[in-house]
Amino acid sequence: MAGAGVYSHALVRGIPESLAGGALRRSGEGSGVDTARAREEHRLYVKALRVQLGLVVTELPADEALPDCVFVEDAAVVCGGTALIARPGAPSRRGEVTAIKKVLSDLGLKIVEMTDETATLDGGDILFTGKEFFVGLSERTNQRGAEILANVFKDYAVSKVSVSGALHLKSFCTMAGPELIAIGSSDQAQKTLMNMQEMSEHRYEKLTLPDDMAANCVYLNIPTKGHVLLHRTAEEFPDSAKEFGKLKDYLLIPVCNTELAKVDGGLTCCSILFNKAV
Amino acid sequence: MTTEVGSAIQVNEESKGTEPDDSEASNPDKTSNGNEEAEKEIQEDEQPESTTQPLKEQEFNSSISDASTQSTPSSSDKKDPTGGKGLFRFLPGWLKKPKSMSQVETTEEKEAEEDIQTKDRNSEDEQPELMKSTSENEVVKGMETEESKTDEIVEQYSLNSAELQTDKAKKPEESLEKDADMDNEEVVLDEKKDENSKDGEVWKDEDASKKSPLKIPKKIKFMQSKVFMLDGSEFTYEIEKHAKGQIMLDKVCEQINLLEKDYFGLTFRDATGEKNWLDPAKEIKKQIRSCAWHFNFNVKFYPPDPSQLTEDITRYYLCLQLRQDIVSGRLPCSFVTHALLGSCALQAELGDYDANEHKAGYVTELQFSPNQTKELEEKISELHKTHRGLTPAQADAQFLENAKMLSMYGVDLHHAKDSEGVDIMLGVCANGLLIYKDRLRINRFAWPKILKISYKRSNFYIKIRPGEIEQFESTIGFKLPNHRAAKRLWKVCVEHHTFFRLLSPEQTPKSKFMTLGSKFRYSGRTQAQTREASILIDRPAPFFERTSSKRMSRSLDGVPAGGINEVGLQQESSCLSSTADGVKTEADALAIKDITTSLKASQLEMPVETKDRDKTQEDLLKHQASISELKRSFMESTSETRPNEWENRLTKPLLLQTEGTSDENQKSEMEEQAEVIVEEAIVIEEVKSAPGHSKVKLESPVENSSIVPPVELAAKESNVSSSDSRSDSEEEAEYHPQTKEGENVKRDQNECKTLTTVAMDSEISVTDIEEVHFPVTVVHKMQDVLEEDLQEMQNGKLQEAKQEHEDINPKLNGDVSFIDSDAMPEVVCYAEPPVVKTEMVTISDTVSPDKTEIATKEVPIVQTETKTITYEAAQGDGSGDNDPGVLMSAQTITSESFCQTMTTQITKTVKGGVSETRIEKRIVITGDTDIDHDQALAQAIKEAKEQHPDMSVTRVVVHKETELTEDGDE
Repeated sequence: MAGAGVYSHALVRGIPESLAGGALRRSGEGSGVDTARAREEHRLYVKALRVQLGLVVTELPADEALPDCVFVEDAAVVCGGTALIARPGAPSRRGEVTAIKKVLSDLGLKIVEMTDETATLDGGDILFTGKEFFVGLSERTNQRGAEILANVFKDYAVSKVSVSGALHLKSFCTMAGPELIAIGSSDQAQKTLMNMQEMSEHRYEKLTLPDDMAANCVYLNIPTKGHVLLHRTAEEFPDSAKEFGKLKDYLLIPVCNTELAKVDGGLTCCSILFNKAV
Repeated sequence: MTTEVGSAIQVNEESKGTEPDDSEASNPDKTSNGNEEAEKEIQEDEQPESTTQPLKEQEFNSSISDASTQSTPSSSDKKDPTGGKGLFRFLPGWLKKPKSMSQVETTEEKEAEEDIQTKDRNSEDEQPELMKSTSENEVVKGMETEESKTDEIVEQYSLNSAELQTDKAKKPEESLEKDADMDNEEVVLDEKKDENSKDGEVWKDEDASKKSPLKIPKKIKFMQSKVFMLDGSEFTYEIEKHAKGQIMLDKVCEQINLLEKDYFGLTFRDATGEKNWLDPAKEIKKQIRSCAWHFNFNVKFYPPDPSQLTEDITRYYLCLQLRQDIVSGRLPCSFVTHALLGSCALQAELGDYDANEHKAGYVTELQFSPNQTKELEEKISELHKTHRGLTPAQADAQFLENAKMLSMYGVDLHHAKDSEGVDIMLGVCANGLLIYKDRLRINRFAWPKILKISYKRSNFYIKIRPGEIEQFESTIGFKLPNHRAAKRLWKVCVEHHTFFRLLSPEQTPKSKFMTLGSKFRYSGRTQAQTREASILIDRPAPFFERTSSKRMSRSLDGVPAGGINEVGLQQESSCLSSTADGVKTEADALAIKDITTSLKASQLEMPVETKDRDKTQEDLLKHQASISELKRSFMESTSETRPNEWENRLTKPLLLQTEGTSDENQKSEMEEQAEVIVEEAIVIEEVKSAPGHSKVKLESPVENSSIVPPVELAAKESNVSSSDSRSDSEEEAEYHPQTKEGENVKRDQNECKTLTTVAMDSEISVTDIEEVHFPVTVVHKMQDVLEEDLQEMQNGKLQEAKQEHEDINPKLNGDVSFIDSDAMPEVVCYAEPPVVKTEMVTISDTVSPDKTEIATKEVPIVQTETKTITYEAAQGDGSGDNDPGVLMSAQTITSESFCQTMTTQITKTVKGGVSETRIEKRIVITGDTDIDHDQALAQAIKEAKEQHPDMSVTRVVVHKETELTEDGDE
């Protein structure tokens, strides 16, 4: 059974020029994305994974035809040597999975595809706590998709939770430790967490962050480093950064994500993390 | 005629067969057949099936046409809508009330349901064969019982079949003995006494008075039973025929040297192939009925933390169970986990990997997975090598540490449908109830969240404590494939809750008159107790041999153990596709169908037998015949009114089971409500006139010497020992996991009623026309609260005192507490009926929507409004209340049509030398807006007058329940 945050590999993908104009966003027009800056932030993110944490990082080139392709997280769910290739809720993003599937297959993972045409699932809605899965039923993920996920990862309980007011479940709720859930303080986020607690046999601590978006952080458990947390910078979310600062025995890595955040991208969105030494 | 009687008995027997746990109520039926006709019945029963069967069928058909009071279900379906309207055309206009009174919601659902119903019935007609075989079994069973009448201990029979043959040979002489099941019955009583000695004794007295002097002392008989163990071995035991389940479980555990046995249980397959847990507290025979005495030894309660088990041997058996669960697919896991668990099992069984000994393919000989691939075997072998040095016990422990983390570990799955008819699975586990759609967990209710678990027929309900998200209590209902499934699920819930959540088992609910439904409680040790006890285990670790999993896999392919396997697979496959489920359900349905058919047959026959009895009865029969589209069930009682009501109640479930479809269910639900009302009346009267009443009760019946249909006897007995009979009512039961049973009782009731009408189109009125006043107007559906009875009683008194006239203020009802201010009852205006002298009208608004009862989104609960209006003649009051007189005879006739169910109860009492006959009619009319209920009422009154011109109408009670519109639903 996979523990939370135990990863050896990461899969990332470059940012296409088309992102600025073509990437999907929830809230209308927002400010424009500075692609160059986005690429620089992304470079630092990948560097942290590869250099600081020593993960084996596979980087796929961007595909101009797929403006959202940098958000690889949505394309697959990997756990325990099995990769479930998602069927993204946004039709424009379905093409993203092809390259992901190939590379994951090449990396030796067992590939399971979603053949059901009625199912949709974005990896961003899948929260794996190390003990179980939560699937956010959102604009992008439907129940059928969740059912398929449940059938693929048989060892684990797969519970559904409703998500509203955010793009994905992980937009405001991620793991920040083995039994620690980082959660935004919005009503919606808190309600979702309560719902998750009711659905679960396991108990979790919660790390409540003033900003929902800051609750999207990346937790890793690296043998040589212990608890590691990639989180948004103090410049972006000063209050939340203070909360992260209270975590004891953590290697905290602030990562800037101002540009991709404009197109609803979080820190988790930009990588698929998995452990290949199963 | 005898044939008919015979078939009646068979019907009853069949019903037993399909309601495994109803034994206490129905089994002793035959016992009181202390009359010649009963003997004949038995003889008839024992005739070769080939002759009996055709006769029965003939009988069935002919009675339909002859009596023409009971139409076949399908024809009633077709005819009734028009027939109903036709009836209303004849109604006098004088009773027309404002439309609001009779307004009913129509929904499309109803029609859909009807369709299904019709289909179902078709299939019912196609099942005579099944019925035949069932009854055959029952006959055989009956004979066995007869044989048990010699007191010497018989040496064990080696084969069941041999035994049966002996029975057949002995048959002729034995038919002289009056009471086929006497022995059996006494055992029942003993068991009852344990639970409720008072009631048991009452019954016994009565029983003793009927005992035949010819009765030969019985011998104790042994049954050969087989137990299939988890390692694939098979044990055979000679078990005393009337032994309780615990005896057998103890024997098994003793044999395998298992001390921590509270986690384990025995399962058996019922006639429909469903797996049931053998209740240790009950007789084995009663539970398995006519099925073979074949059991599987299984883990019943999966300890969440197996490392806390005291002995390795216990862990070993848990491992075996889990391996079986995995192989059968009941415990799904990933490839990786399969491999890991397989390797642990391998280590435990074979020890360290040895390259010389363990040649290529050695894993293949063992089965670890439902579909074991080469790849998996290689992985298992690879991991096996890493376990070097682990002792078998350590390997088992490691196996368990991994297995216990699987999400489906210890989850007992049950197929169900949610309120929208979507196939789901309900999983019962140590922590609570899990709801799955496919394998996706869509909801979870931890035990502390659940206030009440109940079932009613095939519906299963949980009442949820208000939480952080939902602020109100809510009740969620699920539809199980059939009532047995609902009951099974309910029992499993009760057991799991008790075992894992409580420190000690809950007391079996006290016997109250009003307790409805099953009294089942888990009576074994709880986990806390078993842990406590196992700490004291002080013995050297027992030696046991780890059997090869090869053997296990073989046994899984074999017949009996293979059964389990299949079920597991079935469950698994139905997770993925609903086909398997469908098949299963269908099987259930089929089994049920034939009960109906035969039951109906018996009902049709009954009136004929009693033709020469009471004049009133004849009248009634005539009357019934005149209502050509009514189905009818006819029962008579031996002793008194109350039992009649009971039998009425008890026979209903049988009918209900048969109506697989919701439309019928609607109807039956209403019937039941009406009946519950009756119960209340009974209780109240008992409170009022306790001495006289009990006298009546104990007195042996005078007039009833002729024919006592078994069904009825069951009912009677059930009344006498009221709690026990109900204790296994298949219909419904509830359980309060919080053990705060008294809490919110009223609300519970309201809610219950509300739930009853879930998905119900509309339900209208119960009309009572009583010829001899019954003291009390009954307003509520009751669950089990005595206080409420008292209130009811007061209510009744108040009514008498106030003598209110027609247009009444609801508050005058005297039962203010039940009036919901939010939904004031409509004032009923009507012209004074020319026929009925009306002295008093009461309206009580009972089940008005309690705001806190709003269901969650998951289950749209249709709320209903209930109203009871009493029209009562002045004359009767006061005289009949306190002195019920001596009951001479009583009978109940129930007839049903599409939108109307009529229960007629005739009671003859002798009071101070004056004989008094009271006829009480209870008519339940179901229908849509287009039915004029006032007309229906008028018609009913008119008919009553016509039928009994020499009698007077003393009371009319209208009990109206209307579905509220959407807005009430929030």
